[in-house]
Amino acid sequence: MEKTAEDKKRKPSKSEFVFGCGSGFGFWKWAIASVIFRLILIYFPGNLNLASRPEVSTPLTSLRRLAEGYWLKQLSMSPYAGSMYHGSPLLLSVLGPLTVKRIEGQPNYLICSLVSVVADFTSAMLIRQIGQRLLAAYGQNLRSLGLAELFEGSLPSGDVAALVYLWNPFTIVTCLGYNTTPIENLFIILSLYGACTGIAPVAAFGWVVATHLSLYPAILIIPIIVLLARGLDAPPRKLFLQQLSSKAGNDSSSDRHVEALKSQPTPFSLRPVLAFLFWSLLWASYVLILCGIALKNSGGLWEMFERTYGFILTVKDLSPNIGVLWYFFAEVFEFFRNFFLIVCHANILFMILPLAIRLYHRPCFLAFVYMAISSILKSYPSVGDSALYLGLLALFANELAEMQFSFFLFCGYVGVSLLSPVMHNLWIWRGTGNANFYFATAMAYACFQVVLVVESVSSMLNHDRKIRKLSTSMKA
Amino acid sequence: MTGVRSIFLFVLLFFAYETSLARAEVGENEGFSEALLLRPLPDRKVLAHFHFQSAVPPTNSYGRHHHLFPKSIYQLVQKFHLREMELSFTQGRWNYERWGGYDPISSSNAKPPGVELWAVFDVPQHQVDASWKNLTHALSGLFCASINFLEHSTAYSTPEWSFRSSGGYLKYGTLPREAVCTENLTPWLKLLPCRDKAGLSTLMDRPSIYRGYYHSQRLHLTSNEFDSNGLISGIVLDQTLTIVLQPNIKGTGAIFSSGSTLQPSWSLSSLFGRKVGERCVLSKSSNVYVQLEQNLVSQLIKLGNDTGNGDKGSHHEVDISQNFVGDRGFELSIPPDRQIREVDRFDTGSLSILHQFSVENYSDLKPFDLEFRWKLPLVWSCQQAPLSVSRYLMGSGNERGSIAISLMSTRMSECMQNADSSASECWLRVDIFQVVPWYVKVYYHTLKVFIDERFQTVANAVERMHVLPSEDKVSPGVMELTLKLPCGVRSAALTVEFDKGFLHIDEYPPDANQGFDIPSAVVVFGDFETSIQFADDDYLHNIPLLSKLQDKSRVVSYTEVLLVPLTTPDFSMPYNVITITCTVFALYFGSLLNALRRRVGEEGRLLKTKATKETGKLSSLLARLSAKLRGKPWEPSEQSSSSASFFNRKLILKVLLVAGLAVAWQYYSG
Repeated sequence: MEKTAEDKKRKPSKSEFVFGCGSGFGFWKWAIASVIFRLILIYFPGNLNLASRPEVSTPLTSLRRLAEGYWLKQLSMSPYAGSMYHGSPLLLSVLGPLTVKRIEGQPNYLICSLVSVVADFTSAMLIRQIGQRLLAAYGQNLRSLGLAELFEGSLPSGDVAALVYLWNPFTIVTCLGYNTTPIENLFIILSLYGACTGIAPVAAFGWVVATHLSLYPAILIIPIIVLLARGLDAPPRKLFLQQLSSKAGNDSSSDRHVEALKSQPTPFSLRPVLAFLFWSLLWASYVLILCGIALKNSGGLWEMFERTYGFILTVKDLSPNIGVLWYFFAEVFEFFRNFFLIVCHANILFMILPLAIRLYHRPCFLAFVYMAISSILKSYPSVGDSALYLGLLALFANELAEMQFSFFLFCGYVGVSLLSPVMHNLWIWRGTGNANFYFATAMAYACFQVVLVVESVSSMLNHDRKIRKLSTSMKA
Repeated sequence: MTGVRSIFLFVLLFFAYETSLARAEVGENEGFSEALLLRPLPDRKVLAHFHFQSAVPPTNSYGRHHHLFPKSIYQLVQKFHLREMELSFTQGRWNYERWGGYDPISSSNAKPPGVELWAVFDVPQHQVDASWKNLTHALSGLFCASINFLEHSTAYSTPEWSFRSSGGYLKYGTLPREAVCTENLTPWLKLLPCRDKAGLSTLMDRPSIYRGYYHSQRLHLTSNEFDSNGLISGIVLDQTLTIVLQPNIKGTGAIFSSGSTLQPSWSLSSLFGRKVGERCVLSKSSNVYVQLEQNLVSQLIKLGNDTGNGDKGSHHEVDISQNFVGDRGFELSIPPDRQIREVDRFDTGSLSILHQFSVENYSDLKPFDLEFRWKLPLVWSCQQAPLSVSRYLMGSGNERGSIAISLMSTRMSECMQNADSSASECWLRVDIFQVVPWYVKVYYHTLKVFIDERFQTVANAVERMHVLPSEDKVSPGVMELTLKLPCGVRSAALTVEFDKGFLHIDEYPPDANQGFDIPSAVVVFGDFETSIQFADDDYLHNIPLLSKLQDKSRVVSYTEVLLVPLTTPDFSMPYNVITITCTVFALYFGSLLNALRRRVGEEGRLLKTKATKETGKLSSLLARLSAKLRGKPWEPSEQSSSSASFFNRKLILKVLLVAGLAVAWQYYSG
């Protein structure tokens, strides 16, 4: 989180060394250093005790609850008995055996932590791939608009984003905190990667599994479809058309730009979208069949939906977290509970369409905004969700270079992440504080996230305006 | 006509005769008896155990009308098809260490604080919950207690095997925080035929009995009204009141040479402030017993041995058995009518002795007042359960913690070990039954067992286990397990971790900061059965208290109630929280939407076109729309030519719309 602004500050230096060391040697050094850093921290978890932090593990992602579900399953009971486990039965089958494996003299859940490290590293690599493709598309678009000078000196956003993701304290804390968030993030990023590279089966797989794991990535279907149908982020299409018409009208010498534009994908190609939908259907039925097999001795699929999605949507667990909904639903009058449940979830849903219309030409950025919004408003948010959207934010380091309030936001994120544990400690452990203090930090955090989203959206729109102005002035 | 009448009369008479015959046949079966057992306790206190039993023969042979048996209880049994039920109101905690944990009285009358209710129903399974709910409401009305709080499914549970092995459907619920006082005792006394007007129950002077250290009133009901087979014994209602009182110390400060002080002497009038006047004439027997425990008896024997004459030393046991009352250790103001001695079945050496006093010969003019005077200081200890049980919370803070149940060996199990040493494998089985409310979210996979402070795997130490995890706001968590401990075990501990839940503000009780109670765990020593066997005598079997003592009962211990403080939200904040949170939502929604629809570059141009052409926003929007539809790029300068026609068309449309509305209004309202 601090990275939002931090990477702004660090950007020059990073680009220096990335370019200085040549062909990303520095990147690999830093990436491997982050993995080693994680491994070192995993080895000393006793002092950190991150798994019990409400900021890190939520009722949905806590590995301890997963272990309880696995234990119940081993006793041939439903893993969902006892309102303890609310995750996927597939994760239970995969991670469950790892939770009971103990290596003598090693900390508990060591293997699960190693899985998290691998997931983090893979996510970072996928982000890097996405970033490289985005950067290439960015350069090509600017060149085709005749604004190649804008591209000069832009950052290798893939490397930056991957390093931001790997070195973000939120990601590190999540990775060490015995929870399943790194895996959920991996599948979200995998779906975006599949969509960016145009591989519909991978995109569908990532999307289906991410939705299965945490429901909220379901809204990513819009950016994924747009990515598959229209290609990567680009300035608004009508700029190209203007460019084309103006070029065709008064200048016949530079055919290069026209050629470049013609080589652009067609406005909306239906084939990959249909492929994506077909594959999603296939993967979804596959996942459901696997879940059905995993749960055949207990309540079955309906119980699974009730205990996972139902638990997310009805906000049953009121234990404190960094979101705003827990205290709201702990305090709200029972009579209005259903109304406010609808309002809270509608706040995410109502924003989907306006954003999709306005950021239609930038599907990757749209995916970032969606993830940020769901992280603000989801029922059980954790810093792992912030880690994901901050990593994605760094992909647009070039476009968002002129973002406002970045230092203010950086300070806000640092302040909240320092104050929130203090308030939690005062309230829960010492009994001297009050729930309101902790809730105030949650509110502040929500506000900072809102400001981040609003500012990044408006600076992205400003960036488009700038390109348009430059291209039209060039035309003139 | 007369013939018809005479036949009718005859029939009537016949039926009357038949019924009276039936009554006469079993009339002696409906009975009531009362008894009071007094026992000096090692820590200078006195245990008083009142026992009242009412019994009624089964309905099909006896009918529905009773002389003695309380009608309300009979109706409960009939309505809810109870096979067995026990309700206890307890204040204070039974001190297992000092007051004993092995004898029949402590294992069946030491109850957890508050209200404990369990019932076995004889109804089809789908009706059990409904019966339970109705039963709790009925009892709550009957005993002026909030037993109806047990109606909700979060408050009761279904033990499978550890609590009690019985047929039928068993439901178990406790209210640890229920305050017990005289308003619960009065309805309980109303079930007695003589209430507290006559008989032993006149001793129940409220200030005296509520001053005690422990107070437990219990109502136990067995019925086999609905058994198709087996013994038919009707309904038996046992009411017991067990109290531990501290006798007033009246100037017996004499310190003996051994340095120990004399136990306080007591009498019925000093303990209760009353004497037994007239006996309850409805009672078959009213007796007062003074019980001397095994260890006390052996101390007395030792005392007799030490101070007795040398030539009588070899025959001291015979001597003491013959004139025990005049012993040097203590004296009773009234000579007992009868001395009942325990039969030594297991050759353990020491035996308890009961002195029986019948109060039937006393009256208001000559009330019964027994006095027990100590003459020499004696130190003895009670018979302990094989393991002493305690339960405590670990951890700090309001987020999580763990529950630990620790079992410490008493000398009793060492004796058992010696007794069983012939067997190569000697195991001690301990059943633990624990109910945890849903807001204490137990991670059962973190169950750890330590035996003699060494970690043991659950598979090794736990013979069988049944876990029913709690369901949020639906059902409590139930854990039943059988620990298998080696006989020579010194200590065993069981820990399980939990998270504390966070509740909605409406779910907190008043004074939420006091904390929430976790009901007592029940620890049953399945391998042990306790009873006091007296010499075979039909007379003794006719006295309910003595036959209860002779019945084999399981050794049961209850642990402490745990008080778990839960974090509270701010109860005064709902409006503030709702408004502030909604403000943040509005900030998010409004500012994001504003960022999306704000136009910087086009704004100036749009204003310019507006100024020159005086077109509204709608027209420009329509122009853009039409341009989009035609597939041409929209250019504001081109739009100006077409805007005039749009303007006219819009005006016509507006006029038409208003006219249409007016017509519609006229049509529908007029």
